[in-house]
Amino acid sequence: MAAALELDRVTKSYGAMRAVDDVSLSIAPGERVALIGASGSGKSTLIRIASGLALADRGVGPAAVRSFGVPVQAGGRLAGEVRRARRHIGLVFQQFALVGRLSVMTNVLVGVLGRIGRLRGTLGLFNADERRTALAALAEVGIAVHAGKKARQLSGGQQQRVAIARALVQGAKLVLADEPIASLDPKSAKRVMDTLVTMSRDHGIALVVSLHQVDYATAYFDRVIAMNAGRVVFDGPASRITASFLTELYGASAEELILPSQFQPSATPAATERAGLVSAS
Amino acid sequence: MLASQTADPAAAHRSAAATLPAPPVTPIATRLVRLVIAALVVAVLVFCWHEAEMNPLLLWRDAGNMATLGAEFLRPDFTDWQVYAQNMVETLAIAVWGTALAVIAGIPFGILCAENVAPRWIAFPVRRLMDACRAINELVFALIFISAVGLGPFAGVLALFVHTTGVIAKLFSEAVEAIDPAPVEGIRGTGGSSLQEVIYGVVPQVLPLWISYALYRFESNVRSATVLGIVGGGGIGMTFNETIRGFNYPQASAILIIVILTVSALDVVSQSIRKRFI
Repeated sequence: MAAALELDRVTKSYGAMRAVDDVSLSIAPGERVALIGASGSGKSTLIRIASGLALADRGVGPAAVRSFGVPVQAGGRLAGEVRRARRHIGLVFQQFALVGRLSVMTNVLVGVLGRIGRLRGTLGLFNADERRTALAALAEVGIAVHAGKKARQLSGGQQQRVAIARALVQGAKLVLADEPIASLDPKSAKRVMDTLVTMSRDHGIALVVSLHQVDYATAYFDRVIAMNAGRVVFDGPASRITASFLTELYGASAEELILPSQFQPSATPAATERAGLVSAS
Repeated sequence: MLASQTADPAAAHRSAAATLPAPPVTPIATRLVRLVIAALVVAVLVFCWHEAEMNPLLLWRDAGNMATLGAEFLRPDFTDWQVYAQNMVETLAIAVWGTALAVIAGIPFGILCAENVAPRWIAFPVRRLMDACRAINELVFALIFISAVGLGPFAGVLALFVHTTGVIAKLFSEAVEAIDPAPVEGIRGTGGSSLQEVIYGVVPQVLPLWISYALYRFESNVRSATVLGIVGGGGIGMTFNETIRGFNYPQASAILIIVILTVSALDVVSQSIRKRFI
């Protein structure tokens, strides 16, 4: 079976800065992978490239992205079949990317747009079966009672679970989550991570989650890919990720990634803030 | 410490002032430029005075006429009020359909004008087309459509439709350009088509603003529709034109009062509706 996600020598520059620098990787179907790195290390850009929301540089390597054998982009151009590829790629964003004024139900039903008739989807004529599927997905992530509310009336954690339900309704075989818990309080963050991993396990969905909290990466994932300055600097079992190894990989900027329990106490306000975060979760 | 402060505050102030740089002086060049600009403004005003044949003395010389006119206007004649009311309804009808057609056309044009949705090679020509619709006044369009479909309210509707489409497309596209792109990417990520991205991602975000803009344009179109009749575009303006030309000032006065009352009432209602959407 083709890989859930395959990147072949992808580079992406913003001006002179290489956000993603010659990255190749492969994710197996059903596999769960944490993508870690400090802010600006290229995690978000990599996820945007994998989903075809951003284009790789032209003329730098093959720059090919495939998902379950379907090309997403190659050589810096979107593939003609990108819409077919996107149907089985579910996306979860840091800022949820829901349409706040639409109901939770409609936000989830949007997931079927890729596989139902163009006209029916455009007119919003979802049938009873699709509505049942949407409600079942909302029940699975534990927010079926809010189906009739407007999405923006929900808390951040609830909105993120709506986005996960949307990926479920979509029938995604690969879910790419870009910093899904970075805007959430610790309790909601844990709930969202639990939901993501349960979804992946129950439905055999491959899962790639970018994180900057290493404690979540090691607690929820077996495989960790670490990025620094646009490059993959580590790709291996989560058990190898230790404080000393991170310091080796990242030098001084490791402080942003390492949990305070492993790291020597620091007086920076950011570290204190993270200490609170970790103890609460 | 305290003693030294109270000892001679003035001296301390002087020494501080001594270390300050000199106050800024406007350079002579800048002053000259200002002078030239002022002279240019005066020159333009003088030139336009002659071009516009301004002659305030006429107001004074013909004060008698003004007085008669004023006196006649002060006793409005509502004998034919039913005719005026009927004409006012026609005026409103012109505004309603002129705005409705403009909104229907303005939605696709507005989206095609928005650079964050439409590619540049589409947005640019569509924008220029809308600029042209906007640049030409409703009255001019009315004259054009009168020669096409004849005198009457339909010509007025078409005139308002074309001009307002230009305005609405601009307002609508500005609303679209200010949206949050994230929800649109969320829709794109599910494999939806470009049209579906617009319907599910863009429209829900801009709808309140669009409704508000459409109502605002309806208010202005009611005002414009009262004028359209003067060139033959139907509605109350036509009747007003006839009475004024027949020197029936008391009747003209009655018509004006009806227009003012209707327009003010509509403004109040429309504004209160608009406030709910923003």
